[in-house]
Amino acid sequence: MTRFLKFMQSAPWSARFGMFVIAVYVFVAFFVPVLAPFGETELVGRSYQGWDSTYWLGTDSLGRDMFTRILYGARNTIGIAFITTCLAFLFGGLLGFMSATLGGWVDQLLGRFVDVIMAIPSLIFALLLLTIFGTSVPVLIIIIAVLDSTRVYRLARAVGMNITVMEYVEAAKLRGEGLWWIIRREILPNAMPPMVAEFGLRFCFVFLFISGLSFLGLGIKPPIADWGSMVKENAALISYGDITPLLPAGAIALLTVAVNFVVDWFLHKTSGLRDEH
Amino acid sequence: MNAILTMIAQRLALGLLTLFVVSLIIFFSVSLMPGDYAEAILGQAALPDTVKAFREQLGLDQPAYVRYFQWLGGVLTGDLGTSFSSERAVTELIGARFGNTMFLAAYAAVIAMPLALVLGVLAALYRNSFYDRTVNVVTLTTISSPEFFLAYVLIMFLSVGLWNGSEMIMGGLFPPIANVSNDVGFWERVYRTTLPAITMTLVIVAHMMRMTRASVIDLLASPYIEMANLKGLSKSRIVFKHALPNALAPIINVIAVNMAYLIVGVVLIEVVFVYPGLGGLLVDSVSKRDMPVVQGSCLVFAAVYIMLNLTADVLSIVSNPRLLHPR
Repeated sequence: MTRFLKFMQSAPWSARFGMFVIAVYVFVAFFVPVLAPFGETELVGRSYQGWDSTYWLGTDSLGRDMFTRILYGARNTIGIAFITTCLAFLFGGLLGFMSATLGGWVDQLLGRFVDVIMAIPSLIFALLLLTIFGTSVPVLIIIIAVLDSTRVYRLARAVGMNITVMEYVEAAKLRGEGLWWIIRREILPNAMPPMVAEFGLRFCFVFLFISGLSFLGLGIKPPIADWGSMVKENAALISYGDITPLLPAGAIALLTVAVNFVVDWFLHKTSGLRDEH
Repeated sequence: MNAILTMIAQRLALGLLTLFVVSLIIFFSVSLMPGDYAEAILGQAALPDTVKAFREQLGLDQPAYVRYFQWLGGVLTGDLGTSFSSERAVTELIGARFGNTMFLAAYAAVIAMPLALVLGVLAALYRNSFYDRTVNVVTLTTISSPEFFLAYVLIMFLSVGLWNGSEMIMGGLFPPIANVSNDVGFWERVYRTTLPAITMTLVIVAHMMRMTRASVIDLLASPYIEMANLKGLSKSRIVFKHALPNALAPIINVIAVNMAYLIVGVVLIEVVFVYPGLGGLLVDSVSKRDMPVVQGSCLVFAAVYIMLNLTADVLSIVSNPRLLHPR
């Protein structure tokens, strides 16, 4: 515990700020029902009411409480982005480590496949796939997870390659350990630091990506409270000089900045791997 | 010299192959569509005869590979089919908007490139100074913000203004909507697209500047620069005579890669500013599930993206002899 505290004290202000912000978001995401004054989709007043003591941030186009919906947005938007990133790491990480360990035609096949997917800009590919499969939350999660797993695959393979040439992996192979055992017991523990940092960066990317799609009306759809689509729904207020529609967008930006700060520091700590970007 | 030519030819061939595979993906992903395409378009209530006629009109009764080659032939001769929703030729729809998108991208690039290079090189030279840290935090923030957030913030401060309870303050500099039609003159067009161009610039400068900084720092750490330092050469001489010529290759690469990013990033921004570009068309067609238009615009976007990446590749080969002799 003291070691942990010392570790925290060594963090620069930017990383501490980032950790604080992330902690607040996570807290809100877990305790929304207790914190929010109204229900997520409850119609509580007239549409577009101004800020006052009952409706802290006014009401939206249908008369739902903005403040409540922003709180719920933390759960929905972050939750969906988090699940997507986890899936991407599951696919990409596993296949990447498999490629690195097995080599040969498996590696070649997966590598070429990933090359082709990455040759198409991911936003364009996502739009194409969303046209085909329709826009629902599970479809959205799977499409983005698959597209993003290509990036994870590249990193996992590169990191894995450096580990598979080690004697202990050789020894494990000669002992007759299976592929799964080698990946789980030998490669994964050693690949942890870069993968954790990448998780933070990929989460930011996925989070922005999903918010962008929701903003276009092709991602998470109303009545689910989501920050991207909330900006879209209330954009009309902007022409009256009202900053309310910017708040959910600001919430997105703040979380991404926070995660980036923490990742920057983490990368700096764990060898200078991938110092930039 | 021959080695360079072979290498470039290889890259070009690889690029063409990629384009071909991408066209396959774009075409055949449609057949993954759940259920029958014609029924999906016409709705459940459509009469069987209508569905049949529609299928024949689309050529859906023919095998997929025949349709692919017909489609590919059409693509090569500039015929991308007919839009479902507006009954107009896809080529015509795309052609009108492609120019607009390119204009916006070029506009943003003209502002972003010099800005990013100067900022990046300065940040690398004065590493860890107050300036470097400030630029680092600012660019990290613009990279982390959703594009539509930056766009609306700009609209607010530079265009519509803020309501402070009794009156509007600030704003009024640029129009909030980038409304351009064909009869708008060049400078008027520049004026009207300033806000979207600034938004793009903010996003792209951050990436470019960080990459430039990284590659210059990388370069300054190389032994021959240390040698120049030890010889006692002046800093400006080291930077301009020794470092910059060699920094050109990575910087050109950074620019080309970011141009590719710019072309795609334009989609969201066009929607915010209601700009009549290819991105707006694509998003509209996705929500209408207008397949021919989606296929066509995806193909155009992918082709431009692949070509720019290819250019980045070729340019970095041409400008860096060391890449010619990979181990």
